[in-house]
Amino acid sequence: MTQSMPNVVSETVQDRKMIVNDFAITFCTVNGSGSATANMTVMRSIFKMGVPVSGKNIFPSNIQGLPTWYTIRVNKDGYIARVEKDDIIVAMNPATFLKDLEYLVPGGVVLYSDDIKQTPTRDDLIYYPMPVKKLSRGVDVPPQLRDFIANMVYVGILAWLIGIDLEVIRYALAFQFKGKKTPVESNFGVIKSSYDWAAENLVKKDVYRLEPMQATEGLIMTDGNTAAALGAIYGGVQLVSWYPITPASSLPEALIEYLPELRKDKETGEQTYVVVQAEDEIAAAGMLVGAGWGGLRAMSATSGPGLSLMNEYLGLAYFAEVPLVLWDVQRVGPSTGLPTRTAQGDLTEVYFMSHGDTNYVQLFPASVEECFEFGWKAFDIAERLQMPVIVMSDLDLGMNQWMGKPFVYPDKPMDRGKILWEKDLQEMLQKGQWGRYLDIDDDGIPYRTVPGNLNPKSAYFARGTGHDEFAHYSEEPEVWERVLTRIGKKVETARLIVPKPVVHSMEGAKFGIIAIGTADPAIEEARAKLKEEGISTDYLRVRALPFTAEVEEFIRAHERIYVVELNRDGQLRQILLINYPQYAMRFRKMARTNGLPLSARWVKDEILAQEAKKS
Amino acid sequence: MTDSQSASTQGTNLIGLTRADYRGLPSTLCQGCGHNAISNQIVAAMYELNIIPEKVVKFSGIGCSSKSPAYFLNRSFTFNGLHGRMPSLALGALFADTSLHGLGVSGDGDTASIGIGQFKHLIRRNVPMVYIVENNGVYGLTKGQFSATAEKGLTLKHEGTNIFLPVDICLEALASNATFVARSFAGDPKQVKELLKAAISHRGIAVLDLISPCVTFNNKDDTIHSYVFGKEHEVRLHDLIFTPARDMLTVEDFEEGTARDVELYDGSVITLHKLEKDYDPTDRQAAFRVLEEAREKRELLTGLIYANPDEPSLFDQYKLPEKPLNRLTEAELRPAKETIAEVNSWMFS
Repeated sequence: MTQSMPNVVSETVQDRKMIVNDFAITFCTVNGSGSATANMTVMRSIFKMGVPVSGKNIFPSNIQGLPTWYTIRVNKDGYIARVEKDDIIVAMNPATFLKDLEYLVPGGVVLYSDDIKQTPTRDDLIYYPMPVKKLSRGVDVPPQLRDFIANMVYVGILAWLIGIDLEVIRYALAFQFKGKKTPVESNFGVIKSSYDWAAENLVKKDVYRLEPMQATEGLIMTDGNTAAALGAIYGGVQLVSWYPITPASSLPEALIEYLPELRKDKETGEQTYVVVQAEDEIAAAGMLVGAGWGGLRAMSATSGPGLSLMNEYLGLAYFAEVPLVLWDVQRVGPSTGLPTRTAQGDLTEVYFMSHGDTNYVQLFPASVEECFEFGWKAFDIAERLQMPVIVMSDLDLGMNQWMGKPFVYPDKPMDRGKILWEKDLQEMLQKGQWGRYLDIDDDGIPYRTVPGNLNPKSAYFARGTGHDEFAHYSEEPEVWERVLTRIGKKVETARLIVPKPVVHSMEGAKFGIIAIGTADPAIEEARAKLKEEGISTDYLRVRALPFTAEVEEFIRAHERIYVVELNRDGQLRQILLINYPQYAMRFRKMARTNGLPLSARWVKDEILAQEAKKS
Repeated sequence: MTDSQSASTQGTNLIGLTRADYRGLPSTLCQGCGHNAISNQIVAAMYELNIIPEKVVKFSGIGCSSKSPAYFLNRSFTFNGLHGRMPSLALGALFADTSLHGLGVSGDGDTASIGIGQFKHLIRRNVPMVYIVENNGVYGLTKGQFSATAEKGLTLKHEGTNIFLPVDICLEALASNATFVARSFAGDPKQVKELLKAAISHRGIAVLDLISPCVTFNNKDDTIHSYVFGKEHEVRLHDLIFTPARDMLTVEDFEEGTARDVELYDGSVITLHKLEKDYDPTDRQAAFRVLEEAREKRELLTGLIYANPDEPSLFDQYKLPEKPLNRLTEAELRPAKETIAEVNSWMFS
């Protein structure tokens, strides 16, 4: 054990009141060391003790060797936004040790691996050594697994320190290892012996502890990419074309994992879906357009650079009126940017995607249950409107673990849109006429046939060049203008069918807040804090573009509106300005991009600062 | 005489359709364009193979060649996609109903430059479709720039002299493990038609590199993509006759040792009648060799260069239901309501 660690915070701390179920723990480890399993075990255990919890993985673009941090926030009130300070750190990485100390609150806890030899720079913290090598050495595991097992030492010591139930830990391990006895028992063995070592050799001097609650009963825990994949499976996804890119890859990988479970006939082995890893995002987009045109429910998932590559094909899909679903799991751009950090920076790109005049539907999920819901709903919207639907997730939502409400089975039958098979077409022709691009219902949406339809009148020539209502090539000025204007009408139909915003109001609100997606937890917590200071706020969370009527109502009702988002230029605000120029002076920019999820403190301080300046 | 030939004399084929049922709009390409000759042979091949036009799906990219699908098979669905990116479009669409015949038409500009990646990956996956490259060594729609298949030293009116070696479509296809590679010449319509029929019947990717002169921008007598050059320098690997599976009883018997047969997966047979030398199109090494030799000798080598009829196609790699995917109903696509509880249990609920 290292003697160099000062331990000067003594009596006063012991006398301090315990802090129960309200603290943040950061695990400071090295990428590729297998710490994820240990961190997840801690998070799942706390969740199963009924205590609200959230996890944020801050990791490098690297396979092995660079520092990585995993923060678990425990909060009895259910706040799950990122916090800027740690109460407890588990220091396993000598390279970042001194820097990691800086993020601790006074009186914070340092659990450190005893092979860290640096002398700490702060004497207002409580230090506990962890003899990691010694405690993992005695375990009977193959040598190649020893490093992974070593992480379980800190699980055991932390469990003793803050009071995690060992039986709950065993339950969490059983889930992690899908009930396989050997890994469960060998990992649990290390945890138990480390726990026992701590009980015998350490004296608790800090104030943090867990107590069981009932606040997570009935909830699930998963990541947004998995939730999206499962939602898509219930939406009847038939063709998935994709190309690996962080942070989107785990979405198609979840499809690869779960599709055989849910969409493959147990007896015949027949599958009702196809997954193709394309040669690049351009080809992935081409496959999507082909499949969507062919009448399949087709989807892909990508992130910034891949989205840029897909632009031209999505523009063709818009003009040729092909339904498809694309998940953009956003990361920090421009260019390669920060590939492992989160952002909401692709809104304007998607809004203006491809050359010429276009519009698309964008959906903005903010939780795992919304990822599931939009997972199936996006197909209904795409097929109804015959256009691409882009679901704007982000790294924070897609890759981190979140508590959530259980997934709800789709409450509506599938909407396959205006598709005509042989008989349908025959009937339509008997009643009048059919043209692939003829707007019969005056909602901007024509009827479509798909390949395989054997009616001799069904075929048409799809193209990105000018065409008339009957899909014939045309360069006539009035035909071009008429067709493009008609396609533009779909936006008005879209407004009626996309998810409406979520509005939270307080009596006597002085101003409004508008945001999307994962800005949500920080905003909700900031609003609660502002309320404590006597400032009431209204909040509208946009869930789709084009904007629905509720958005304008909200804007009309508020003289000042803070538009909170994770980018530099205030992209949501820019889109609001385009849509509501008459209210331009009402929108206040509150945009930030540093790769990290927003914190409630920043949201609150920034609002207060801007409020102070407003006059 | 085969059934299809006898049928054609009565004005309809075996499924009761006339040639008009296979035609397209009048061509807007230049008079004498090789592409028009190829379009005509596509009509003839489909008619003679008695294929229902609604069972064909056409795809193309961008360029003169890619406009041509409008000029044949009016009753077939078509998607004219993006430059060089028709392969991915076709792959996605053909999964919708794997009983359909895919027919892609591209050009040398579309395939050998921006499209070379998708071209090779389409081949690598052995997507069952015909992929025609109407190869004229020049960009037509943009008025006469070099394409990547232009011969080194070619001089064009506004472009000067090409300083790069050409991309060889057949070599690229072979190197990507194509299961059917052929080259022909728009000025040799009979061979084009027989190769088309064989390609349509092949279960896998069938690449047809069809030299198709551009009469406007690249048709000087001494250039390799011209009519005159083709007529003078065409060297056929063999005379070939395609016999559909159902006509097997009528196959002509050739004298022993003068012909070799390649049987396709559906039972149809390509009979290769030996010319100067015997050539085995199932020998991949030989295929590379004859292509290299032809390039060195500046010959227009035509015929079935390579065939491997037994390789599994893309669709064989998936266990799909017999009913086309695009006809599956909600009941077949959406998991049952009771499964949702189990799914939630997977989420650590």
